Amino acid sequence: MNKSRRSFLKVAGLSVFALSSGMAAAPGTAGAQIAPGSYGRGESALHAKRWAMVIDTRRFAGPEDYKPLIEACHKVHNVPDIPDAQNIKWFWLDSYEHTFPDDMNTYLDAKTRSASYPLLCNHCTNPPCVRVCPTQATYKMEDGIVAMDYHRCIGCRFCMAGCPYGARSFNFKDPRKFLPATVPNPGFPTRMIGVVEKCTFCAERLAVGQMPACVEASKGRLLFGDLEDEKSGVRQALASNFSIRRKPSLGTQPGVYYLI
Amino acid sequence: MLEKLLSAPKTYYLWLIFLLCLIAGCACVYLQQLGEGLSITGMSRDVSWGLYISQFTYFVGVAASAVMLVLPAYFHHYKKFKRMIIFGEFMAVAAVVMCALFIVVDLGQPQRMLNVMLHPTPNSVMFYDMMVLIGYLTLNIIIGWVTLEAERLGVEPPNWVKPLIYLSILWAFSIHTVTAFLYAGIPGRHYWLTAIMAARFLSSAFCSGPAILLLLVFLVRRLTGFDPGKEAVKTLSTIIVYAMCINVFFYLLELFTAFYSQIPGHSEPIAFLFAGHDGHMAWVSYWMWAAVIMAFLSLAILIPPSSRDNPTLLPVALVMLVAATWIDKGLGLLIGGFTPNMYETVTPYMPTGREIIVALGVYAIGALVLSLLWKIALGVKREVNNFSD
Amino acid sequence: MYNAKAVITGILIFLVLCTSPFWASRTGKDYTKTGIVLPKDEKNCVENRDFMRAEHMRLLNEWRDEALRRENRLYTATDGRKWNISLQNTCLKCHNNYKEFCQKCHVANSVYPYCWTCHIIPGEKNQ
Repeated sequence: MNKSRRSFLKVAGLSVFALSSGMAAAPGTAGAQIAPGSYGRGESALHAKRWAMVIDTRRFAGPEDYKPLIEACHKVHNVPDIPDAQNIKWFWLDSYEHTFPDDMNTYLDAKTRSASYPLLCNHCTNPPCVRVCPTQATYKMEDGIVAMDYHRCIGCRFCMAGCPYGARSFNFKDPRKFLPATVPNPGFPTRMIGVVEKCTFCAERLAVGQMPACVEASKGRLLFGDLEDEKSGVRQALASNFSIRRKPSLGTQPGVYYLI
Repeated sequence: MLEKLLSAPKTYYLWLIFLLCLIAGCACVYLQQLGEGLSITGMSRDVSWGLYISQFTYFVGVAASAVMLVLPAYFHHYKKFKRMIIFGEFMAVAAVVMCALFIVVDLGQPQRMLNVMLHPTPNSVMFYDMMVLIGYLTLNIIIGWVTLEAERLGVEPPNWVKPLIYLSILWAFSIHTVTAFLYAGIPGRHYWLTAIMAARFLSSAFCSGPAILLLLVFLVRRLTGFDPGKEAVKTLSTIIVYAMCINVFFYLLELFTAFYSQIPGHSEPIAFLFAGHDGHMAWVSYWMWAAVIMAFLSLAILIPPSSRDNPTLLPVALVMLVAATWIDKGLGLLIGGFTPNMYETVTPYMPTGREIIVALGVYAIGALVLSLLWKIALGVKREVNNFSD
Repeated sequence: MYNAKAVITGILIFLVLCTSPFWASRTGKDYTKTGIVLPKDEKNCVENRDFMRAEHMRLLNEWRDEALRRENRLYTATDGRKWNISLQNTCLKCHNNYKEFCQKCHVANSVYPYCWTCHIIPGEKNQ
């Protein structure tokens, strides 16, 4: 009697453990690999423990200066230009009070107040969009990039409600209708109607050794690098300048820093 | 028991045909939505949820409210509710069906909705919401059907159904709590980021749900002569008053925190809901004030026992109560949550005609499910002479 | 049995209708003869022909998850060749004739994948 109870508990405990570990390891590991070959990273791929961006807003004279960056981003990713409130934004500009709404200082100097600031996905360390997504269509990768799998997105838009930075756009309309007949970058897919999209920190460019498109177009005014590497450009810029982040009180730990 | 559907007056079938035509018409508009995407709605990048999700939220409340009949009947052995209980359970079934459909029509890629089950994500509240709703639907179908069948055969319901009933009582609280967690755990949406959200949801559900039930039962009484029993109506309207008082109280608590603390994030959504912005009332402001007036008028009628038990005043008060709670949860909750937006500016939202038609279609499907289930229940009640006093 | 004749004929008609796809496929063209045109310049796909024919969709799913979720964007095939994981920039480079390759087989097999709502077919004009 006693023995059978003990063996029952053993089996029960083991199965609970198996079930729970199965749950934890659910994404990806379920099922054996299909391909007979092996997977790895390219030789030229750029690596980091935690990718981050530092935007030196002091070196941009006005919104015109940001134009090449926005164009580079939208061109590389085939971002459509939709002229109404159901639009798509990956990298865009807004005023100081809209970008940093918690910082309400009536007597802020005119230059800071009237300048334009670039906005993009913050690739948070603790991203609410990832927390709320019911299908893991959006997820955080090892290197800190918050990425999206458009194939899996069901378009519930919970992530848009969850993101405190308004960094996400939903394809209310077919994006291809708002792109030219030959898409700007035939090497990159478009998105389809009914899915959410956002800035990817150019993960596909990092994989082949290129810096993000906006960083490349910024001529050194946007820094991109490993936040956990003391010698990286971003760490040095943060160590020697005053920097702020958007809505830091929410605890999301944005990965985009602004030098003001 | 399905044969009860075959012996009904002509008007019943006319009603069903009307509903089917309505559903077909609205389905055509939904087909347009499938083609053109959610661009046919009034939603935008800044207000990314709208009428569909708010109706979903409201009807989760209606579904949960069945517990206001089940709990007194089974925990307190309040026998007077026994005749009406099946109608509450079947209304919950119809409401959960509507909830599921409101989610489906809100999805950008509805053909991928099973991804929620293919890639279960325990950190997403929506995953739990789906599970508790499916569970609640199953529980109510089983419990409703089994107890109705037992009543028809003139026996006590089988013993195995008792634990399910107790489970369904707890479950009812869980569905609306989890739905509140969809909102209450999101950083940066000030109007939703409040610990009292689940309590507010439950109190508003426990007054509006039974109020809708009573109104529908009154309608059925006029159409078929079914009498829920005077005492049952009296008790249920008392429950409604208490729940509504708590609901209003909870909302006032929100107002206190928002306006005494004077933290802009807390007060701005409420200020927008009631006063618009830049000195211009938003369309929703008129609705919100109408809700306030109706809420207090309904309480003024419902609190004094003399007017509460008055057969002509009671339905009037209940209609106002349902309208007030619907505006609060079915309009204000979502619009207040997204206004001001993430940049502390205002992006206006108003549902489009086609959006309203699609929502109407879901309402019609709910009405159809309810009509079928209640017809069966009424047929059984008549057969076993448990129809009126 | 009442109306035995009618019932039995009815059942027979039902059975024939139900199994008609099988009969049709018996008499119809073989699936290997969809008339697809293979790429001219390249003799070998990433893996061998039978594997690709049977498993390409599952391979693509796995490629997608490896590349997007684990940043493994390089596939080393069994023959040692290395491939950049990309439907658009690797697969479609050789399989550049959508109508004669992808579409013919998909239509013959009544499958309608929607890869092309996002991934761009080489030389294809948008809209």
